[in-house]
Amino acid sequence: MTRPRAGARGRAKTAVGLLLTAVMLFPVYWMLNESLTRDQDMRKSPPSFFPLHGTLEGYRAVIDQQLPYLLSSLLVGLGTVALTLALSAPAGYALAKLRPRGAGALSFVLLVAQMIPGIIMAMGFYAVFLRAGMLNTLAGLVIADSTIAVPFGVLVFTAFMAGIPDELMQAAKTDGAGSLRTFWSIVLPLSRNAIVTVSLFTFLWAWSDFVFASTLDSGGTRQPITLGIYHYIGNNNQQWNAILATAVVASVPATVLLIVAQRYVAAGVTTGAVKD
Amino acid sequence: MDNTTQTVTRSARGRGGAPDTGAPPSARAQRRGPRKARSSQWAAWAFLAPVTIYLAVFYAYPLYKNLDLSLRDYTVMSFVHGGAPFAGFGNYRTVLHDPTFSPALLHTIVFTGACLLFQYGIGLALAVFFHQHFRLSATMRALFLVPWLLPLIVSASTWSWMLNSDSGVVNYGLHLLGIAPVDWLTSPHWSLISVIIANIWIGIPFNLVLLYSGLQAIPQGLHEAAALDGASAWQRFRRITFPLLRPVSAITLLLGLVYTLKVFDIIWIMTKGGPVDSSTTFATWSYRLGFGNLLPAFGPGAAVGNLLVVIALVFGLVYIRTQRRQAAA
Repeated sequence: MTRPRAGARGRAKTAVGLLLTAVMLFPVYWMLNESLTRDQDMRKSPPSFFPLHGTLEGYRAVIDQQLPYLLSSLLVGLGTVALTLALSAPAGYALAKLRPRGAGALSFVLLVAQMIPGIIMAMGFYAVFLRAGMLNTLAGLVIADSTIAVPFGVLVFTAFMAGIPDELMQAAKTDGAGSLRTFWSIVLPLSRNAIVTVSLFTFLWAWSDFVFASTLDSGGTRQPITLGIYHYIGNNNQQWNAILATAVVASVPATVLLIVAQRYVAAGVTTGAVKD
Repeated sequence: MDNTTQTVTRSARGRGGAPDTGAPPSARAQRRGPRKARSSQWAAWAFLAPVTIYLAVFYAYPLYKNLDLSLRDYTVMSFVHGGAPFAGFGNYRTVLHDPTFSPALLHTIVFTGACLLFQYGIGLALAVFFHQHFRLSATMRALFLVPWLLPLIVSASTWSWMLNSDSGVVNYGLHLLGIAPVDWLTSPHWSLISVIIANIWIGIPFNLVLLYSGLQAIPQGLHEAAALDGASAWQRFRRITFPLLRPVSAITLLLGLVYTLKVFDIIWIMTKGGPVDSSTTFATWSYRLGFGNLLPAFGPGAAVGNLLVVIALVFGLVYIRTQRRQAAA
């Protein structure tokens, strides 16, 4: 007797869920819709809710004007991932498995580091980079962006590597492998999931960064895509169709991330916030 | 090479003279004496050295620089060439007496409070809803993450366009409801509300994910027992779910607080803190002082930034304490 009712209820819930999802994602749909709208239709009332007279003009503007920005963002993203992995994976291994004295203090410092607002770091970096001649360089941006990701990376690696059985490491030791060898040929290969999670989030954060880009690279010859969009908005030419087309292109990494690595995303959000 | 190290460790173990009690090797290793322990400490810190040096050079030093900036009287010249005179707390005094101070403080409190309240409330309602496991619920939950993953500049530009006074879709929606258009971003009455709305939208997914994972940890049996005893859905939420979710709620809110305090991108891109400071918070004020004008005021900018750091760290420490206590419990 309860079965068909539960089915109907389930369908009703799915319907409500779809409605909520549609409301939540409306801004994303609107960005997509308007990026395909012709310039002359952008300000008409009522606005068209479907790109019936769709155009790719906005995307042509992206290809004509934004490719160098996209390339810079790609380079900064990859560089930041490399730097973050190189720093946080060994640290995670040490904290999880080698029981160093002072581990508690270091973990504490990392947690606190995560909470420092980016704008404050930006001002400090500006002063440091100015003296070091690193303003307006992509390398400088890689270093600054990595500060968003390294504490998170250490946290993820520590949590993950703590779950690797000690017996495996002991076996390696018995076979004569030193700590470095154990780390490189046993722990790292087993930590694939942690590597993927850290890399994905690091890339996304570096790709999305606006604070460091606008303070440390505002006069650079190579600027990331976030500044490309910002200049578009600031130019007052109000080419919203091109602005939103660029925004769509800039959202591609996030979309790919969600499709390819859904389970890593939820894992990444909860790591460090809730103990499991 | 491998063989020699192997023999060396083996013989070392043999010479250690630990009675073979058949204990697992790890227990034996721990009893192996101070020399071995010291060498494993060396190995541990060798792995930690890069990140430690990194923290000193790229966290501590910029922060120290920031503190130094806030305590000196910088001009563009002295910023580049050094030799700015020490000003003590002069910059902090300037900032405290600045007419922007009290509105910035008020906006920071209102922005943070409103965002937290709505993000948490909506996030919790959605988490409870999606916890019911109907068809497609997992897919929809994943889709809800999109706003959180988009670059902030993307969200901010999209909202700017949607809230445009003349051609924005939001005002068109209001028009359909018979409400006069609102100058969302250009009127001082609405600018703060506009950035709050955009930021709530961005923060909902984070709350949803954390609270959902908290819900999963609550044993299902409790609900079933309560339902058998005739408790209504609302009663079950009030008396079981909500109290048991308290630890996760505390973590979510505290972490949200620390994150919301430092929100800068959204506000700056949508309104630049304007019009006339009507959406200025500490974060945007600090940025404007340091970078937003032709003549930068690095000293006062750093001073505002440091006030923000202190506030963020106070709540950050409360968060860490709460988390530690929960982990211990």
